[in-house]
Amino acid sequence: MAQPSPTLTRYRVSYTRGPEMRYVSLLDLQLVWERTFRRSGLPVAYSQGFSPHPRFHMASPLPLGFTSRCELADIWLNEPLPTPKIGSDLQQAAPPGLTIDCVEEVPLSLPALQTLVRVAEYEAVFPFGEPLAGQEQFEAPVVVTESDVTAFLSAESIIRERRGKQYDLRALVESIELCSDGSLYMRISAREGATARPEEILSALGLDPSQARVERTRLILAD
Amino acid sequence: MLTPQQIEARLDRILLRVTKPGRYVGGELNQVIKPWDSVSTHLALIFPELYDLGLPNLGMAILYDEVNKRADALAERAYCPWSDMEAEMRSAGIPLFSLESKHPLAQFDILAFSLPYESLYTNVLTMLDLAGLPVLAEERGDEHPLVIAGGHAAFNPEPMSAFIDAFAIGEGEELIHDIIAAHQAWKASGESRNDLWARLAAVPGVYVPRLYAVEQDVDGVISAIRPTHPAAPQTVIKRVVGVLPPPVTRLLVPSIDIVHNRIAIEIMRGCTRGCRFCQAGMINRPVRERSVEEILAAVEDALTHTGYEEIGLLSLASSDYTHIQELADAVAERLASRKLSVSLPSLRIESFSVDLMDRLKELKPGGGFTLAPEAATERMRQIINKPISKAQLMETVEAVFSRGWNSVKLYFMIGHPDETLEDVQAIIDTCKAVLAIGRRHVGGRAKVSAGVSTFIPKPHTPFQWVACDSLEQIRAKQNLLRDGLRNPGFKLSWVKPEVTFLEAWLSRGDRRTSAVIHRAWQLGASFDAWQEHYDYQRWLQAFADCGLDPFSYSHRARDLDEILPWQHISSGVRIDYLKEEFHRSQSGELRDDCRDGCYACGILPTFNDLRAELPVDAWKCPPVKRRRSAKVEVA
Repeated sequence: MAQPSPTLTRYRVSYTRGPEMRYVSLLDLQLVWERTFRRSGLPVAYSQGFSPHPRFHMASPLPLGFTSRCELADIWLNEPLPTPKIGSDLQQAAPPGLTIDCVEEVPLSLPALQTLVRVAEYEAVFPFGEPLAGQEQFEAPVVVTESDVTAFLSAESIIRERRGKQYDLRALVESIELCSDGSLYMRISAREGATARPEEILSALGLDPSQARVERTRLILAD
Repeated sequence: MLTPQQIEARLDRILLRVTKPGRYVGGELNQVIKPWDSVSTHLALIFPELYDLGLPNLGMAILYDEVNKRADALAERAYCPWSDMEAEMRSAGIPLFSLESKHPLAQFDILAFSLPYESLYTNVLTMLDLAGLPVLAEERGDEHPLVIAGGHAAFNPEPMSAFIDAFAIGEGEELIHDIIAAHQAWKASGESRNDLWARLAAVPGVYVPRLYAVEQDVDGVISAIRPTHPAAPQTVIKRVVGVLPPPVTRLLVPSIDIVHNRIAIEIMRGCTRGCRFCQAGMINRPVRERSVEEILAAVEDALTHTGYEEIGLLSLASSDYTHIQELADAVAERLASRKLSVSLPSLRIESFSVDLMDRLKELKPGGGFTLAPEAATERMRQIINKPISKAQLMETVEAVFSRGWNSVKLYFMIGHPDETLEDVQAIIDTCKAVLAIGRRHVGGRAKVSAGVSTFIPKPHTPFQWVACDSLEQIRAKQNLLRDGLRNPGFKLSWVKPEVTFLEAWLSRGDRRTSAVIHRAWQLGASFDAWQEHYDYQRWLQAFADCGLDPFSYSHRARDLDEILPWQHISSGVRIDYLKEEFHRSQSGELRDDCRDGCYACGILPTFNDLRAELPVDAWKCPPVKRRRSAKVEVA
């Protein structure tokens, strides 16, 4: 008996990466998702070849230690299903720290998700200056000054090196905003091959990135 | 003491500075978190090695499940922080904490260490110290948790006796509950800590070292091991469960990649083969099997709960599992087209094993085919009681290569009693013959890996009285192997003699060894299983500082009548049986698989009462005919 040919359908999943997933690397997250798919029982399409993997793309790698409320991933299923069902099946199978916010069908013909990302927004807070209850505080609270931010933004170029190549960090930053509570908003380029790293911006502002709590708040795709 | 919130706040500041911070945060799928105040007993399960090695440990998974099933207790986990994390924790003032709730370990009622092997002993000291506890048991007081330990290495508890309050000998599924019950009763009684020792010693299978006196002369020869308290038995007999409880299927799934990320289902416990070098084969008797239905249901359940892509069907000797064909067929059928791989380790050397693996290979193409001849000459195989003829090995290898495998991994051991260089040369000849078969089938793609470890006479085995090979002997044998297996197509791996010796000293040690472990740790020893951490000179220094000769532990053959440091710990196998086996090895006499006939190892009389409650076939011990003559003698 001939098998009915699958109706390949592509879905875009928006999800949140909570604190439980802060220290999960990109490669590890791939495995976390593959296992979530397997537990969910959804008819996930697999790649061909010697070692088949689920057909699945993530939008943009999140640096280790960051949380995010705006992650995107595309997944291909062998049959169309109602998006609320996909969402709830995935949520039920997801480990602590992955929250499915929304699932929508997208055209099969769209280019790879990672090529569509243009801009990312981040929020950095510095909670560690707070005195710990009943304990001596660690060190002076981290303070970001308006003048540091202004100096960064008014610089013509800020040359940095990554993997032996020089690039202009300033050109990759659209805006930085210092809020009254001391947190920073950064809007930066996230195009393939032209991605700014929030840690480098923090360093350029004279801050220790390991002492910041950074969350990705928005990913903007090409139209 | 820091609160969990304070510990978390401090962790946030240091985690990005260490390698793989995901090791230290918990939060895995299937972890169990109970409200701290909802239970009366807080138990920390501790694997004194890196998270990556500890997480997949099946013993930990079983005890985690057992304790958390109780309404009145919780179990949380801790693993040994890698040296970078240890340094960061010390400088940030973070005490060792549990991964689930981040409570300091010092706040738990019971700290339960898993001791599967000896090279993690020093990590136990690191972890006690990092938890803010005195490492020496005698320096801990009422305000400190009870520190217990169990696992295969606990069958010789003496080397760790200065650090551990009580050892759990044998299988833990029921014993852990008895220990919790004893602790709860003691807590309710309001008695002193000394009374806890007596309560624990009264639990069958628990060894409380401080309630025993060991008399030893300057050369280390023991004249007596005596209990010093009426509650402490002369001999502590290991615990076994009559029937294996259902396998754990809600296994923890880490969010970071670690080795051995897989579903582990134990299909059978124990082994009836009686290889004389094998400690696991002696201390895990009797053989108990799970039914095919139970295993299949567990596999399905575990797949649903974990999403793992690999399944390991574990036992000491898969081929001996009664329904192995049926199991392999059913697994292959049910899991086909699900993109999973299945491993079935420890197969016997026979072409039937190749049929089995071939069946499972359909699921996902696997790597090499592993066989463990252990020795390469007929004479050696008779000494170690692992009879496999050369023809049988070659026939099996023929089958392996003809079914499309390109590589064969062969496990051997050097240093068996009475081994000569001719026996080692035979390992080389065997590897060459295997490669020749491979070349005939798959040409230049054929590969033979030889994993050659060095024999250590382990406690509770028929070889427990013999000496290790000397450094010169081991070097000569390893040089011979290296010279003989240089050609392309071979890959040889071996164990450095310095590594073998440490394992020998620690596994064969006595009470005095505790001081050496303590000293080595003070000198900086930790993670001794890791090449980048292990320092042989440091251990020699520690022995010298304690005025002890390490080689007296590894290289002094013991008199058969000498009291051994682990003599008061019983695996259920009679010492006279071990002696008989030792004599038979010296005369090259084989002992058959005891599934087909009982050779009176001692398991049945030791656990007579337990067995009487079970169905006749619950254990794979054959029916024993009563000897009439014995009765006459008694009369």
